Amino acid sequence: MLTKRIIPCFDVLDGRVVKHVGFLNNRRDAGDPVALAQIYCDAGADELVLLDISASSEGRLATRKVVEEVAAKVNIPLTVGGGVSTVEDVRSLLLSGADKVSMNTGAFRNPRLIEESAHRFGEQCVVVAIDANLHAQMGTYEVMLQGGKVGTGSDAIAWAKRAAELGAGEILLTSFRQDGTRAGYDLELTSAIARAVNIPIIASGGAGAKEHFFDVLTEGMADAALAASVFHFAETSVRDVKSYLRERGVPVRWVE
Amino acid sequence: MIVVLDPGIGNLHSVLGGLRRVGREAVVISDKEAWDNLRNDADGPVQGVILPGVGAFGDAMTQLRLSGLVSVVEQVVTSRIPLLGICVGMQLLFKVSFEHGEHPGLALLPGRVVRFPATAKVPHMGWNDLTSVRSHHPLLQDVAIGDFVYFVHSYYVQADEASDVIAAASYGGIEVPAVVGRGLVYGTQFHPEKSGKVGETILRNFVRLTELERSEVSSPW
Repeated sequence: MLTKRIIPCFDVLDGRVVKHVGFLNNRRDAGDPVALAQIYCDAGADELVLLDISASSEGRLATRKVVEEVAAKVNIPLTVGGGVSTVEDVRSLLLSGADKVSMNTGAFRNPRLIEESAHRFGEQCVVVAIDANLHAQMGTYEVMLQGGKVGTGSDAIAWAKRAAELGAGEILLTSFRQDGTRAGYDLELTSAIARAVNIPIIASGGAGAKEHFFDVLTEGMADAALAASVFHFAETSVRDVKSYLRERGVPVRWVE
Repeated sequence: MIVVLDPGIGNLHSVLGGLRRVGREAVVISDKEAWDNLRNDADGPVQGVILPGVGAFGDAMTQLRLSGLVSVVEQVVTSRIPLLGICVGMQLLFKVSFEHGEHPGLALLPGRVVRFPATAKVPHMGWNDLTSVRSHHPLLQDVAIGDFVYFVHSYYVQADEASDVIAAASYGGIEVPAVVGRGLVYGTQFHPEKSGKVGETILRNFVRLTELERSEVSSPW
């Protein structure tokens, strides 16, 4: 049986993993990405996601190098994202060793990026990341860009459907409302998108305890759950989460 | 020496990384000329060939044809060099694919490549367990039913000969060929280079097969 995936996510800044502490831009160095990747891999992580949050081109080059080093080390799939806006960006990350490339604002502004990338490199490596926020007046989910700073007025469900039609192999869905709260994933949003498309959904935003993973992988209908701080701060571990899921009958890949 | 054929679309990093983790460096070639040079003045004989593949079947076949790699594959098979196709590389071993049209494949194995029905999520993406394993097969030594491997594909193989399927998984109510093998032609639908320790075991088994003297590899399989 196909298992539900647990995916640790790293924010990489100028070649280092950073942790977000408290709100906004308060960051702390979380260590060597290669060593961390190996630890998560051994603990049974099913995939890894690296998000490049560097602003400068030198920072991006440093991150490319990290992607190469991590890819050489780990024996599980690696998704890389952050600032991807051209087919050349996708190619360059794939050549650095990424198995999949995540695209967000770049894909929203130019949906042909999805189509062209899927055509050239295959749907399997195109991950469309959608940040969504509940729009108070409309009562629907709005697509947000640039880490939630910019609203688009576009409906997240419609965008997810369009992305899937254009050739996205997977959707990485972050609930802006839940992100950083550690109060649990957005089950309503996740299940709404999961019902709307026929490609896998990775849920993100809000993980604070192992119960949250169970909820989003069952009621939330997600295929995979991504988390960052809950793992980095060792509030729970990949192994604990998987053991909890396994005891409750959720299919997971178990690594001794 | 192990040679990886580069049909020009793929990211070969993970395959090369996977081989490196089991202790083997590989040589990448992307056309027939490079192959001829290798065969003429190499440090040693070509012991094994890997055909990775991502992207669309039709594009991959076109690329293999244009670069002369189709005739390289023919030489590989007639010279009895073990060949391993990975993912789309496994699908290319078969006769025909119906991915965006109808495309003839390398036709080393009888069967066709078809899309999963929309009753399941497509692609079949993630870790799935093997539901049948021919465990005495040398490629599958130390691999067992219940072992998890990483799949990502929207099309699957319908093999004409059940005996060519040496391991399978189950998805969307379909028995999906996960590993195929006939003689010295092998393929994995999943990515062994991304399948944790189980994948490394399979890569190591393939490397071991390439190290046997040809005469030792009779082919009851």
